[in-house]
Amino acid sequence: MTTIDITEQGLRYLNETLQQQSTGTNQKEWDIINPRGSHAIAVGLDAPIQVTVNGSTGYYCGGMNKQASITVKGSAGPGVAENMSSGMVVVEGDASQYAGATGRGGTLVIRGNAASRCGISMKGIDIIVAGNIGHMSAFMAQKGNLVVLGDAGEALGDSLYEARLFVRGSVKSLGADCVEKDMTEEHIKQLAELLERADMDADPAQFRRYGSARQLYHFDVDNVSAY
Amino acid sequence: MTDAKKPDTPRTEPVQSATFTKSVNAEIRRAADTGIYDIRGGGAKRSVPHFDDLLFLGASISRYPLEGYREKCATNVTLGTRFAKNPIELDIPITIAGMSFGALSGAAKEGLGRGATAAGTSTTTGDGGMTEEERGHSKMLVYQYLPSRYGMNPDDLRRCDAIEVVVGQGAKPGGGGMLLGQKISDRVADMRDLPAGIDQRSACRHPDWTGPDDLEIKILELREITRWEKPIYIKVGGARPYFDTALAVKAGADVVVLDGMQGGTAATQDVFIEHVGIPTLACIRPAVQALQDLGMHRKVQLIVSGGIRNGADVAKALALGADAVSIGSAALIAMGDNDPKWEDEYQKLGTTAGAYDDWHEGRDPAGITTQDPELAARLDPIQAGKRLANYLKVMTLEAQTIARACGKSHVHNLEPEDLCALTIEAAAMARVPLAGTEWIPGKGI
Repeated sequence: MTTIDITEQGLRYLNETLQQQSTGTNQKEWDIINPRGSHAIAVGLDAPIQVTVNGSTGYYCGGMNKQASITVKGSAGPGVAENMSSGMVVVEGDASQYAGATGRGGTLVIRGNAASRCGISMKGIDIIVAGNIGHMSAFMAQKGNLVVLGDAGEALGDSLYEARLFVRGSVKSLGADCVEKDMTEEHIKQLAELLERADMDADPAQFRRYGSARQLYHFDVDNVSAY
Repeated sequence: MTDAKKPDTPRTEPVQSATFTKSVNAEIRRAADTGIYDIRGGGAKRSVPHFDDLLFLGASISRYPLEGYREKCATNVTLGTRFAKNPIELDIPITIAGMSFGALSGAAKEGLGRGATAAGTSTTTGDGGMTEEERGHSKMLVYQYLPSRYGMNPDDLRRCDAIEVVVGQGAKPGGGGMLLGQKISDRVADMRDLPAGIDQRSACRHPDWTGPDDLEIKILELREITRWEKPIYIKVGGARPYFDTALAVKAGADVVVLDGMQGGTAATQDVFIEHVGIPTLACIRPAVQALQDLGMHRKVQLIVSGGIRNGADVAKALALGADAVSIGSAALIAMGDNDPKWEDEYQKLGTTAGAYDDWHEGRDPAGITTQDPELAARLDPIQAGKRLANYLKVMTLEAQTIARACGKSHVHNLEPEDLCALTIEAAAMARVPLAGTEWIPGKGI
C-alpha cells in the first residue's frame, strides 16, 4: 500500500505517479488521502491497480479509466468515470450529474443516488446504481447497461440507441423513443450477473427493462413532434 | 365595352419578384412536395462582406518593401505556447480544419494528412474518431474533442499532437450534426459504437460540461490525462467572438479557433447554414480585441477559418491579428471536389460542378465525401496529397508576396494599418479605413 496525500503532493504528482504504473506493476494498492473535492483525481489510468480515494471528489474522478479499480469513499462530483473503457469505479456515496458519461466499457457502481443525466451518451459501460437516478438519464445512450435499484426521474432513455435500462422502482416518465420491453431469461441472467458484479443483493425478477423503440433511427418528418 | 385587350395592346413586361425569386419559389415548392427542410454540406453560399472587400496598401515613399526573391519573409508559427509542454511548430500559417472520417472517405483523410505533412502543417480529425490513415500520414495531427465523443479514447489523445475542444463551428453555431445512414458503413458504425445504416446524431452540447467554469475543469482533466504536453485549442463558431474568445482564454485555452459562417459542414439544414452566425471578416477584430484586452494577443494564438481561398485571404486574416488560418472546403477542392471533369455525373445528380453540396448522401462523383468503396477508389490519396501540398505552397507564396510588398520580414508583421476597405460594411467589420479616406465606421473619426 502506497499513500499519496493530494494536499501535500499535488494533483499532478498523483496522476503522473498512477499513470506511470504499468500492467505488470507490483505496487497494486494505492491510498489517496485529503482529496478535498479536487477535480480530475486518478484520471487516464491504464494499469490493473486498486486506488482508494478517502473522501469526496470533484469533477471527472476516474475519467477515461482503463483497467484500474477506483473506489471513492465519499461522494463524487460531476462526470465520475466519464469515458471509461475498462476497469471499475465504485462510489460509496452519491454521484453528481453525468455519472459515467460516454463510458465505453468497464463498470461504474454507485452505492448512493445519481443525479441527472446518469449514463448520458454511454457507449458500452455498465452502470449500477443502488439508489435513484435523476432526470434525462441515459440520454442518447448507445451501448451498455444501466441498472437502477431505486427510481428513475423524468425522460429516462430519451433518444436511446441500443443501451439496455433496468429499473426496479418507478420511472417518472420515459423520453422520446424509449419503451418498456419484455424481460426474457437472457435479460434476467444478464441482470443477475450485473448485480453480482456490483455486489448488490436484489432479485432480477423485480426489475423492468426499457430500451429503444427504434422509431427515430431514421429521420422521418412524421416524427417531428417527437423531437 | 369589354375588358379583353386587343392582341396589339402594349403589355407590362413580366417582372420577376426580387423577394420571390426563382430559387425561392423552387424551395417553397420543394418544401411543399417533401415536408422536410433541405440538408446540405458546405458553408454559407450567400454573398457576405469578405476578404475581397479589403485591399493592401503596399509600400510607397513612406514605407519600403522587401525584395521578392532576395529578402526573407518568414511564415512559421508556433501554436500552444501558453501552457503546453510541447507546442506545435508549423512551417506555414495555414492548417487543415477538422473533417470527419465518415463524412470523408479514408483515402480523403489520408490525402489531407499527406498534403499537410508535405507542406509542414497540421491536419485535424473530426467527429468520428482518429483513423490509422490520417495518424500514419500526418506528422502533426490535431484530435478533436467533440460533444458526441465518437471514437474518443485516451490512447488517441496521447498520440495526437494537439487537442481541439469543439464547442461550435461557423456553419452552425449552436447546432449538432447528423450523418445519414447511407454513409454509416460497418467501419464507421464500429468507430462510433452504433448500428450500421442508421442516422447518427451528434449532440450540440457536450455531455459532461455546460459553461466556461465547467470547461476549465474539463481542460484540466484533459491536461492531466496527457501530462500537460498537448496544446489545447477551443473551437467556436462565429457568433459572439469577443465574449467567446475571452471565455475560451479564461477556460485555459492555448489556442482559439474561430470559424465564420462561410466555414463548411458535412451536413446541416440550409436554413441554419445561411441564417445563423456571422461572416469570417466580422469575427476577427472582436476576437483580437478580446485577446488584447486580456493581454493575451500572441500568447494565446488565434486561428481563423471560414472561406479562406488564397494567399491574399491568408495575409488579410493575419494582418487583422490572426496567428494562422485553417482551410476545409478549399482543401477538398484542391484534392478534386466539385471538379468539372465529373460534370456528367453531377448532372445525373441534378446539380453541376461547383454547386454540388449533397455531401451527406455519400454519392460524391469525386470520391471524397463518400463511404462507397467504388466512388472512394476514384481518389488517389498520394496524388490528392500532392495537389493539396502544391495548393498550400501557392497560398504561402502569395501571402509572402503581399507581406514583402508591405515591407514585412514575417507574415505576422502584417497589421491593420496595411489595409483599407472597398466598402463601408467591410471597413466597419475589419475596423480599417474606407479606401482613400481616414474613415473607419464606428470609430467616430
